[in-house]
Amino acid sequence: MEPDALPLARLQFAFTIAVHIIFPAFSIGSSAFVATLLVLWRQTGKEHFHRLARFWTKIFAVSFAMGVVSGIPLSYQFGTNWSRFSEVLGNVVGPLIGYEVLTAFFLEATFLGVMLFGWKRVPPWLHVTAAVLVAFGTTISGFWILSANSWMHTPAGHVIREGIVYPVDWWAIVFNPSFPYRFAHMMSAAYLTTSVVVLAVGARYLLAGTYQTEAKTMMRMGLGMVAILAPLQLVLGDLHGLNTLKHQPIKVAAMEGHWEDDGPADLVLFGVPDQKAEKTHAEISIPGAASILLTHSTTGRVPALKDVPPDQRPPVANVFYAFRIMVGIGLLLILLGAVGAYLWWRGRVFDTRWYLRFAGHAWPLGFIAILAGWVTTETGRQPWVAHGILRTADALSPVSAATVATSLIAFAVTYFTVFSIGVYYIRKLIRHGPKGSAVEPPKQEHGLGNRPLANAQETTREARSTGPAA
Amino acid sequence: MTPDTLTGTAFWLPLISAGIVAIAVAMYVVLDGFDLGIGILFPFFPKEADRDRMMNSVAPFWDGNETWLVLGGNGLFVAFPLAYAIVMPALYVPLIAMLLALVFRGVAFEFRWVAKPHHRKWDIAFAAGSTVAALCQGLMLGGLIDGLRVAQGEFAGGPFDWLTPFSVMCGLGLVVGYALIGACWIVMKTTHDLERKARAFAQPLLIALAAFILLVSVWTPLEYQRVADRWFSMPNLLYLSPLPILTAALVVICWRGVRGTHTTAAFYSAVAVFVLAFVGLAISSYPYLVPWELTLWDTAASPESQKFILIGTAILLPFIIGYTVFVYYTFRGKLREGEGYH
Repeated sequence: MEPDALPLARLQFAFTIAVHIIFPAFSIGSSAFVATLLVLWRQTGKEHFHRLARFWTKIFAVSFAMGVVSGIPLSYQFGTNWSRFSEVLGNVVGPLIGYEVLTAFFLEATFLGVMLFGWKRVPPWLHVTAAVLVAFGTTISGFWILSANSWMHTPAGHVIREGIVYPVDWWAIVFNPSFPYRFAHMMSAAYLTTSVVVLAVGARYLLAGTYQTEAKTMMRMGLGMVAILAPLQLVLGDLHGLNTLKHQPIKVAAMEGHWEDDGPADLVLFGVPDQKAEKTHAEISIPGAASILLTHSTTGRVPALKDVPPDQRPPVANVFYAFRIMVGIGLLLILLGAVGAYLWWRGRVFDTRWYLRFAGHAWPLGFIAILAGWVTTETGRQPWVAHGILRTADALSPVSAATVATSLIAFAVTYFTVFSIGVYYIRKLIRHGPKGSAVEPPKQEHGLGNRPLANAQETTREARSTGPAA
Repeated sequence: MTPDTLTGTAFWLPLISAGIVAIAVAMYVVLDGFDLGIGILFPFFPKEADRDRMMNSVAPFWDGNETWLVLGGNGLFVAFPLAYAIVMPALYVPLIAMLLALVFRGVAFEFRWVAKPHHRKWDIAFAAGSTVAALCQGLMLGGLIDGLRVAQGEFAGGPFDWLTPFSVMCGLGLVVGYALIGACWIVMKTTHDLERKARAFAQPLLIALAAFILLVSVWTPLEYQRVADRWFSMPNLLYLSPLPILTAALVVICWRGVRGTHTTAAFYSAVAVFVLAFVGLAISSYPYLVPWELTLWDTAASPESQKFILIGTAILLPFIIGYTVFVYYTFRGKLREGEGYH
């Protein structure tokens, strides 16, 4: 194992998984949104639900494809770059990922075909079912992957013989101590992130004066979700934090930038952690507040980084800043939801332009928060890849630094190119808007909306572009 | 560990697991084979309308097809973690190249349509991604058969050990093979000019594939004594000779199917040829998962892990196959007008 390969391999995995998480997070939310729209359409017969379903299906399809192709290299990286991880932890982690493939991946990938292309081949109830199954599949996927990841943070249900981990109690493994909190927190994050995007898109159309019916529906559905999920996420995050305090105290110490256990701990709002000097410079903190928050007592002691030797501490600055970014955005989203809900209650939300502009620009916030949260938790787990069992530095494959450097560059170029183009195309689809709905005009005439000529032209153009010779 | 010294679950469990992994890999090769084949054939079908229809013919299936790759690779991870830990670093370069090629191929399905009329770069991405992925899969196969250097339970060779004339031949053979089943798929799913042109392409491809299979069948026993012993010793020769005979028969059926008017015979016989070639390779390499050092028993996961995943697989695999068949049935027959990406 070449030590030089370690930082490159870490960077490669961190980079590939960071790009990846953006798309499944959006897919989880948008597939559920499409399924909901389809159900609403079938139940009410209102054409704008149909148009919205078609519109968001296109966006979902692009996001889903990017999630799939960015995800496949991840499971293969367990072998190519982290073969010691596979060898030591494979008996436990392997089956969990195996179940993800068997229960989730096949379900979503297969029914995706019906959802995207089966509008005319299957009866309506079956088409809606396909969309629901896809949404369900994305959630099951989240279940298994978070179980596997949580086990790495709070291992349980296993024994170690001759340096290899063996499973003993599968229930304890799957439902390990941190899993329920992390699963709930991530699912909520996925739905919240998508809701912010839907709200933002609705707000933008309202500002532009186009697609009024659809825009109002999107705003209502998006805002309703944000108003509920953003505060919920704070509660879930708090519970998650308390669980982390119990099982991974040093991670909490890093999140708090708390070096020395010398009495009740201050809540550090901002500062500059210094790993070498073992202190946080320029601290702005609330005295004793960390003790109150974490132990519900003014005299409670909070874990400190100096409780353990330096080689068992994570890179504090990364964890510290990432945590604050995530919480900061979380608070902002609570504000977005609360202000929007108030304006909605007063019947003014569709006309309050400053709010529409605020919402319209808020779409990336969920994604940034998700990335910041994952940096917090994964970097906070270091130096362990499996807490207390295997250090990341010892999990590497016997591959040379030159080889890893080459693959890292190849991944970086590919991912950067492909995925930024993908985001550009999604924005293009959003700009294009939920016009027209099908090659054939819909059965109900009033469904063509308030711009019949434009819709007719659009429908004709779409029909011709899918024919044999455009 | 040799099979003769093991009894009971210690013997059967890894064998069943290996069977499941083999089935997953075979399913992948067949299903993604025609998807990739379509991409490989793209440069030879320059009309936009043809390309539209080729892509639309596989649009509902490609994602489910590619998932078998995840099951195969993951199956190895789950059931044979030691083999996974050795084989993956050994095949690092072609594996990473394949994964990146599949990224481009996969997004091309969606991006090409959103990008219209500036979709030319995605045509290239689709064609190049498919071809590189197929080539790399063959290189990995050849590299695996060549054997890996192992020391103290870890890969101990260099980054280009897998690159040999044999593996290059396997790579080219697989590209040709996938192009053939891709062409047969187009024959099955499209009509008029596109179908005719696909038939015309399938003929030389079939001949080329037959030549490659013949070449591999002659090369491997000549190069590897153990393979010669496996196939040509008695009574193995009697039991195994149906395989090449059946393969030859299927090649003839495929030829007839391609030249005639029947639309499905060519595709299914080409698929059968692939399956038989795969079976042949499995016979040649059994029981080694890490040729030629470690058997499937050497590298198997703990029995608890294998049992845990096999129970689930036994229940879930029938469902997966069931709904996969359902989706293929739903989109059966020729591609309909206006169907697909829009």
